[in-house]
Amino acid sequence: MTPEEIHERLADEFGEAILEFSDEQLARYILVDADHWYEIAKYLAGDPDLYFDSLMCLSGVDYGPKKDRMEVVYNLHSMRHLHKITIKIQGPREDFHVPSVEYIWRTADWHEREAYDLFGIVFDGHRNLKRLLLPDDWQGHPLKKDYEVQEYYHGIRVPKVKPKRISP
Amino acid sequence: MPDLRTEEMTINMGPQHPSTHGVLRMKLRTDGEVVNSIEPVLGYLHRCFEKHAENLEYPQIIPYVERCDYLASMNDDLGYALAVEKLLGIEIPERVEYLRVIFAELNRIASHLVAFGTFGLDVGVQTPFIYAFREREMILDLFEMTCGARLLYNYIWIGGLSHDIPEGFVEKCYDFLDYFEPRIKEYNDLLTTNKIFVERTADVGVIPQDVAISYGLTGPQLRASGVDWDLRRDEPYSIYDRFDWKVITGTDSFGSLGDTWDRYYVKILEMEESAKIVRQALDQLPVEGDVQEAVPRKIRPPEGALYFRSENPRGELGFYIVSEGHPKPMRVKMRSPALCNLSVIDEITSGWMIADVVAVLGSLDIVLGEIDR
Repeated sequence: MTPEEIHERLADEFGEAILEFSDEQLARYILVDADHWYEIAKYLAGDPDLYFDSLMCLSGVDYGPKKDRMEVVYNLHSMRHLHKITIKIQGPREDFHVPSVEYIWRTADWHEREAYDLFGIVFDGHRNLKRLLLPDDWQGHPLKKDYEVQEYYHGIRVPKVKPKRISP
Repeated sequence: MPDLRTEEMTINMGPQHPSTHGVLRMKLRTDGEVVNSIEPVLGYLHRCFEKHAENLEYPQIIPYVERCDYLASMNDDLGYALAVEKLLGIEIPERVEYLRVIFAELNRIASHLVAFGTFGLDVGVQTPFIYAFREREMILDLFEMTCGARLLYNYIWIGGLSHDIPEGFVEKCYDFLDYFEPRIKEYNDLLTTNKIFVERTADVGVIPQDVAISYGLTGPQLRASGVDWDLRRDEPYSIYDRFDWKVITGTDSFGSLGDTWDRYYVKILEMEESAKIVRQALDQLPVEGDVQEAVPRKIRPPEGALYFRSENPRGELGFYIVSEGHPKPMRVKMRSPALCNLSVIDEITSGWMIADVVAVLGSLDIVLGEIDR
């Protein structure tokens, strides 16, 4: 199926929970409402015509305090029908809650933990939502644009690294 | 015996452990010798490559990318370069495409050789490791002769290559292939069909197809479960559609489909296929062409986002790049194949012995630099 057909299918099924559809070369995605994401995901994975059995990638994206929004991006692929779709969920930069899909795609388990770790996005319903890459007692979420490194970690000074200006 | 303690015991494997292939720590909950569950603890090598990437310009990210999977730097570079090229929409000269394929496939052989050798070590054989490193050394010599580096090359650039191949490279590469192809039979005699090895690996850690797909397994680990899927053939990027080779899937010649032995043997056969691709690419390599012709002066991709995936020796290496039209990316997410491959370990090893965990982990072929990023 083409992204358009997939969008039509979802719009028929979920109505207003499907917020936006973009089909440009470098922005091909369907924006969905966070509250209905779990049902939508279940439908995407279970429907025999769609059958998105593989979650290729799950990424958090922080657009910074100016634009004041955060995104979770799901890149889905169907090994049976060989079609793809990108699903996006947008939300606030603080206290962003998204339903977990780790029951549907098991690989989402670690990907969601990583997004929680590095962005602070909370995946509701995740069975084991804790940091994946950083130590459990680390403060802050490093991939946020306004992240400040904590000064001390267990009494050890954390060196401050400023992004270098590199001349072109 | 009223005093006998029968509760589960939690033991630590790693972070410093010879068979975890790097600094991986696993918390095993064991009942005697039997493992009930495994909780991998990651992050000992974490340096937040993705944060670094946000502060660097596109070409400057390449050295960081190749430090992720340090056993297959060429393949990592290729994946990243192709992703940025797709964002920019630039055409690559023929000669560059061929050279890229040659180096990526040579690196795949080198990476699979390490997997083969260290897997032998994991299950208790020393000799294959020495054999594998003997051949790998020749590939590294070829790389060194081309770009001066043996492990981290910074060779594949966005839009081109850092150097053209030196004089005599093609002949030396043919010599290597002539030498290497018969060696595979040697590996099979030495390890693959060895009775002790087969008994140690066959039927251990079986991954059914649906579990493999749900956990996001890719590459040889997925194909070993019988899924006929290779990005080089099914979503051809670069010029992989011009070569005649076949995708290797697991067979149930020893034990059941998708077991540790299958995951091992798929890699052995893949080396043969990679050698075939290299040979064909060398045959067809265009003589003329400037490898830096298409390297853009200014790299400033248009606004947008893109997910691009390519076949790394460990599986699907994906890059999700968000560009806001600046010389620096807004976000680079690397979908690491080894991370997804490792995540299945708890599912498939509970109920097995501790020694089997080591065998299964070895067959998953992880590189910690890529898992922790």
